[in-house]
This record gives sequence, C-alpha cells and structure tokens, in this order.
Amino acid sequence: MLNIGDIQETITMIQDEHLDIRTVTMGISLLDCIDDDINKACDKVYEKIARYAERLVPECESIEKRYGIPIINKRIAVTPIAMLASACPTSNPVHFAHALERASRTVGVNFIGGYSALVNKGFSAGDYALIESIPQALAETEHLCSSVNIGSTKSGINLDAVAKMGGVIRKAAELTADRNCIGAAKLVVFCNAPEDNPFMAGAFHGTGEPDCVINVGVSGPGVVAAALKKAGDCNITEVADTIKRTAFKITRMGQLVAQEASRRLCVPFGIVDLSLAPTPAVGDSVAHILETMGLEHCGAAGTTACLALLNDAVKKGGVMASSHVGGLSGAFIPVSEDAGMIDAARNGHLCIEKLEAMTAVCSVGLDMIVIPGDTSAEIISAIIADEAAIGMINSKTTAVRLIPAIGKSVGDELEFGGLLGSGPVMPVNTASPARFIHRGGQIPAPIQSLKN
Amino acid sequence: MKVIISVLGKDTVGILAKASGVCADCNANILEVAQNVLGDVFAMTMIADIDKLSVSFDELSDRLNAMAEEMGLSVRVMHEDIFNSMHRI
Repeated sequence: MLNIGDIQETITMIQDEHLDIRTVTMGISLLDCIDDDINKACDKVYEKIARYAERLVPECESIEKRYGIPIINKRIAVTPIAMLASACPTSNPVHFAHALERASRTVGVNFIGGYSALVNKGFSAGDYALIESIPQALAETEHLCSSVNIGSTKSGINLDAVAKMGGVIRKAAELTADRNCIGAAKLVVFCNAPEDNPFMAGAFHGTGEPDCVINVGVSGPGVVAAALKKAGDCNITEVADTIKRTAFKITRMGQLVAQEASRRLCVPFGIVDLSLAPTPAVGDSVAHILETMGLEHCGAAGTTACLALLNDAVKKGGVMASSHVGGLSGAFIPVSEDAGMIDAARNGHLCIEKLEAMTAVCSVGLDMIVIPGDTSAEIISAIIADEAAIGMINSKTTAVRLIPAIGKSVGDELEFGGLLGSGPVMPVNTASPARFIHRGGQIPAPIQSLKN
Repeated sequence: MKVIISVLGKDTVGILAKASGVCADCNANILEVAQNVLGDVFAMTMIADIDKLSVSFDELSDRLNAMAEEMGLSVRVMHEDIFNSMHRI
C-alpha cells in the first residue's frame, strides 16, 4: 500500500530540495564510422547519432511527465574521436567537432561528449592532431565537450601530454575570452578516466562498451542536507547512516528512470552513477552538506574528513539501490557550480591546496576552478600532474577542469550562467615548475599497478 | 497500476469535483482521497487506478495540469512506480 507520508516525502524532495535526475546520457559507439576520407566519416557519424538518439529527448520528456521527476539534461557520449581521427591523419579533426555539433542540434541534446583522446602511455597521430584541435573545436561549437586521459594507475603519467594540456587549456580560454573563457569549462583532463561516465565535460563512450547504452546520473545534495538538518545534533555514525538511507532513495529513483529509458529506447541499461552533483541553486550544494555536518565554512579544517565520510556513505547507500553502478560515483566538488563552494572561495576559506586535498577522498578533482588569466601553461600543467599523481597512486579517477580567466586577476569573477554557475578567480602558487614539466617522458606506473 | 495526483493551492469551491471529473473523463478509477484545509490552503492527495485508462498517461497529466492552471492551483501527477521504488526494497 502506498503511504501518504512516503508520497509527501518524495514530493518534498523534488519540489523543495532540488531532487532531480541530472542526466540521461546515451553512449554511442562510432567505431563503425571510421573512414580514411574524413568527409565520409563525418557523414557516417552524423547519420548514426541522429538515428540512434532520435527518440532520446522526447522519451526522456515523457518519463519526466510519468514520474513527475525533472530530467535536467539529455546528453550523448561517443567513442573518443581521436580513434576516428587516426584513420585520416592528414585532415583537421575539427570537421568531426562540427559533425557532432550538428548531430547534437538535430536531436536536441544539451551536451555531446567524446571529443577525446586517451594518451596515458603515448600519442598516436590521431591523438596528437585531436589534442591540437581542441581549442578551435570548443570555440566553434556550443554543445561539444572534450576530455583527455593523460595517466592511469596501470600506465603511469604521460608527462609530454601533461605539458601539452597546460597550453591547450590556456588556448581554449583565450579563443573564447569574449564568452567568459567558456572553452576551458568544456575541457577536462583525466587520470584513470572511467569509460561509462554520464557526466560532462568528461563523458565518452569507452571501447569496451556495447554499441549503444543508457547511463544515468542522479543529483540530490539538497535532499542529503535536508535529511541531516532534520537529524539534528546526532553523533557522526548516525550522520553516516542518515546519508546512506537518503542516498539509497535517490539512487532507486535513478535506477527506475534508467530502466524505463532503456526499455523505451530499446537500448541496454549501462550504469547509474551515484555522484552527488550540485548546482549553483541555493539548497543544492555539496559544501552546505559539509557545513551541516558542523563546519563553519567549507574549506575549514575537518573538511576533508567530512567529505570522506559523505563520499563513502553515498556509495554504501547507493550501491544496493542499483543493479549496476559505475561512472564517477562519489561527491562532486565543482567550485563554480556549487553555491556553498562559491561563497567559501569568495571569503577566502577555500583555496586550491585544500581542494586538492579534498580530491584525494571524493570522486573527481579540481573542477570548475577559475584561476588568474596570466597563469602560465607550465603551472597549469604542473597542477594537472599533481592531481593525476593523486589519482594514479590511489587507483581512483582524478580530473582537472581549470578556467584561466583571460584578462582577469584575483578578486574578479567569471559568470558562465546555467549549470556551470560563476566563480571567483582563485590564487595559485606562482613558483615555477617549468623545468620539471619540460623534462617530458613518462612517470612510471606505481608499484600499486602490479596486482597480478 | 496507479497514479498519484497531488493538488495544492488556495481553497475554493469545486477543486475535488473538477479533479474527479477529469479522472472520470479519462476512465481513471479513484481509490483513495486524503485532503486537508489549513487556513485557506487546500492540499489533496488522490490515488487512482489507471489500468483501464481511456487516454494515454501523458494525456491524463496534461488535462489535470490544464485544469489546475485554470483554477490557479499546482498539481503533480506521478506514476506509483516512483514511490514504490523509492520506499520499498
């Protein structure tokens, strides 16, 4: 029997606590679109995406209506385009970017990810050409997202790629300086990138995935914060239990939507990503959860411990609620996309070094952080290297999405709007790591990689 | 299968009648109604059987939303699966 109390609880979560499905992401393999003529390859890419994702948006809208739960974004992730670019090494891969953008407009999705290269152990010709073209591709498109995997626990860190990406991030920001440097906000550099991540900017469709798949990402920091407020002054074990119970409910909803989308679209269900994804809206903040646990401000001493507990409890609660869990699965800490993080950064309570420590215990990395416009490519590369080292050693995904605010310095702000939010320019350590970065070569795989 | 219809807004004559009217037109059989009025705020939760619905679920939802808009109310029309999956193991 349905219980009125349960009904009211669910409605309150959706209506007042910002519970939503953050994204239904369709993963599409483009391996059968490879062609040595780039124009033919682009036609095949466009045609396949338009055909496979034709019903994605209308079916998601119908599911929203059936369950009364908002699905904020409908997205597509494709095979890393560098693999297609390798077949036509003399052509500019940016043609693929335009084909993907056209396809995304035709099917009406919010983002399309997969302008990506996996170079954790070295470059192929296609990888190199694609990475070179990223700034232009992001400047000339609106919905396209790009990612590059520069390291893994199994292979170590490709320092040549790290060095290259510092410059690519700067250039992506420079080419879009008139649009709040948005290019850099659509580019993420990974270590241990997951192949089934539904979240942008890092979503791509891994080569081990089926031809087509549905992955779902849920949201719900507001629901967790509200449950903790209701729990009051309990001890920390009870805090963890409250988070687990709430995460279970949130994830069950994700599982329901994922199964329904998979059934309607006749596409296999891949995973539910257990991440708590914040938005800039008040009441939808991961930082506010940490503050509800008892910190005066996010970034205070104790932040890393609270985040570790949150991240672990979300997984423990979520894992039983879904038949397949994957993607990033953990709490996100994107500064510009989280009202509490923005406040803490503005007030000087949250610095990049503290964020770096936090990334050792949560799901991703230094995400959506605005840095001074005159930050050198080498410093950006070295921040990537530090973050990748945390991922490599701890066998976890880490990522870097930094936005150099061209023409701005500490004290200024960048305003992206929408889910990307806004962020204050945060100071970075300006001592030069240039000699280290320009050594090049490969940081060897750590001893942790030898598990066989 | 059941649908949960929850209505919230300023109390006025005929809210229950209009909502039931839409359900009847669509052949949704009302099983349970819980309502209360606090001051002039009306809140109602209605559970209806939709096995023999004469229109699509989306159409039922559209009609109820149109009714609510006309009367200045807010309505949520949700399939029972979301509550069952969230609150049952």
